[in-house]
Amino acid sequence: MTEILGVPVAVILGQLMLGLVNGSFYALLSLGLAVIFGLMGVVNFAHGAFYALGAFAALLGLQWLGINYWAALVLAPLAVGVVGVVCERLLLRRLRGLDPLYGLLLTFGLALVIEGCLQERFGASGQTYPVPAALEGAFNLGFMILPVYRGWVIVVSIAVCFSTWFIIERTRLGATLRAATENAPLLQAFGVNVPLIVALTYGGGVALAALAGVLSAPIILVSAHMGSSLVIVVFAVVVIGGMGSILGSIVSGLMLGVVEGFTKVLYPEASNVVIFVVMALVLILRPAGLFGKE
Amino acid sequence: MRTTVVFYSLAVLFALCAPFLGIYPVFMMKLLCFAMFACAYNLLLGFSGMLSFGHAAFFGSAAYATAWLVTAHGWGTVPAILAGVLAAAVLGLVIGALAIRRHGIYFAMITLGLAQLVYFVCLEAPFTGGENGLQGVPRGSLFAIVPLKSDITMYYLVLVVFLAVFVFIRRVIHSPFGQILKAIRDNEPRAISLGYEINRYKLVAFVLSATLAGLAGSLKALVLGFVTLSDVLQENSGEVILMTLVGGTGTFIGPAVGAAIIVTLQEYLSDIVGGWVTVIIGAVFVICVLVFRRGIVGELAALRGHRWREPQDVAGVGR
Repeated sequence: MTEILGVPVAVILGQLMLGLVNGSFYALLSLGLAVIFGLMGVVNFAHGAFYALGAFAALLGLQWLGINYWAALVLAPLAVGVVGVVCERLLLRRLRGLDPLYGLLLTFGLALVIEGCLQERFGASGQTYPVPAALEGAFNLGFMILPVYRGWVIVVSIAVCFSTWFIIERTRLGATLRAATENAPLLQAFGVNVPLIVALTYGGGVALAALAGVLSAPIILVSAHMGSSLVIVVFAVVVIGGMGSILGSIVSGLMLGVVEGFTKVLYPEASNVVIFVVMALVLILRPAGLFGKE
Repeated sequence: MRTTVVFYSLAVLFALCAPFLGIYPVFMMKLLCFAMFACAYNLLLGFSGMLSFGHAAFFGSAAYATAWLVTAHGWGTVPAILAGVLAAAVLGLVIGALAIRRHGIYFAMITLGLAQLVYFVCLEAPFTGGENGLQGVPRGSLFAIVPLKSDITMYYLVLVVFLAVFVFIRRVIHSPFGQILKAIRDNEPRAISLGYEINRYKLVAFVLSATLAGLAGSLKALVLGFVTLSDVLQENSGEVILMTLVGGTGTFIGPAVGAAIIVTLQEYLSDIVGGWVTVIIGAVFVICVLVFRRGIVGELAALRGHRWREPQDVAGVGR
């Protein structure tokens, strides 16, 4: 069997594939962050909490109401999106015009509240969500056995990411969104309801996080803190990619997942920190981020 | 001015008498350590306008370094504290040098990420005790003369160090260096155009803040006799921000007041409401940001007609 640096190629390819699964989550989450940041200038620290909320919505929907996975894939992000809209209207709206750091602090507090409530209500230990019957089993890719569900995660996230990119960059709705980013007062003068757009954008951004939560529910344990360290990794991804760019956040999310997978093969001890190390390197070599325009 | 002097005198008098008023000295020491941590943090956020989300890294790594040197290598108390502080300073130099390359929210996210890196190192390094942390850290003695085993002696040591740090920070802010920091905070382009090498000033402020945060961490390790991962966790970074915010960013005594409130709240509420204390802390955070951005001391100063900068300027370094 061929080897690279003393590691069988099959093992490397296998880890890269699993890295791509993680990368899909990073991409979905950093995309949501980028959309929210682009329009509102808010770094949404509660992103990890909304991700957990999405997973819980799917889990409780199944346990209490018998809503199956396929319905949850649509309903959970919708429900969490509504929560997001409410949060924007009640809380974030009041910070318009202030330093964006206040948005960061407010959403940090929001994350503590959401995660604290989930933990007190449902306990600290994780719960499992069954893999839907249609996605059970595994593909044999030759170099590895890929569970069908993980393949599905990659396909769905990439599809959702690129449709979001398409909507924002290529449709009339997206043009309005970008106009609001560029010059909100002017757009409002044209009769567009900008506050509504802002609220819906926040809702949409956290719905993306919730979708990531539903997708991850069958793979990892659903718990209150499933998103709290993930959100820090995603922040690092965003710093690496440069926050301004939608495409940049998708590409760097996927890429860093792969880098992480690769590290797991070569030097497992560093796999938790490799993304932060990459962030430090990028800051030294290209402070604006890989895709940043600053 | 006179009320300020009266307030400070009363506060110091209270602190001196606290152990004899039936207040548990260990609680007071913990409070003072966090007050020191918050004052150090305020040097950065309040006076230099940089919001770091990773200060637990300095607090925690100094605590680990001191605890490790005392327990595993039998170092004396003072050298171990100094080594812990040095560790925090070096870490502050590295993280600060990277973070000041970006502004505002990026600065916050970078410090958060690098602090998470420090957390993982503390989790996996062979000498930090992993999930258990380091337990049973002896307090030793001051220069092998004054034993610190007694809570009262230790309390007065911590109090003296806190007061020294407090006076030192005041001195720094009122120095020409401190004035330049404020100038950078208020209007960075103008400070650049006046010919100041702002990055050097920002880095020094960052290292100074990290060093003092480290001192607070080292003392905390000796006071409580243990160091755990929660000292380097992002929650700890968040709490110090909250303390500073509740008390009043950019005021001298505010962070100490905020620390007193938050530590007391945690101590007493956790008995009553258990795990809900996180939710309450989060709610306090949200309320502070929404309606109470000046903090307690800031609001009081505003009531007395002092000029207080608009909230949008706090930490309003170039976006």
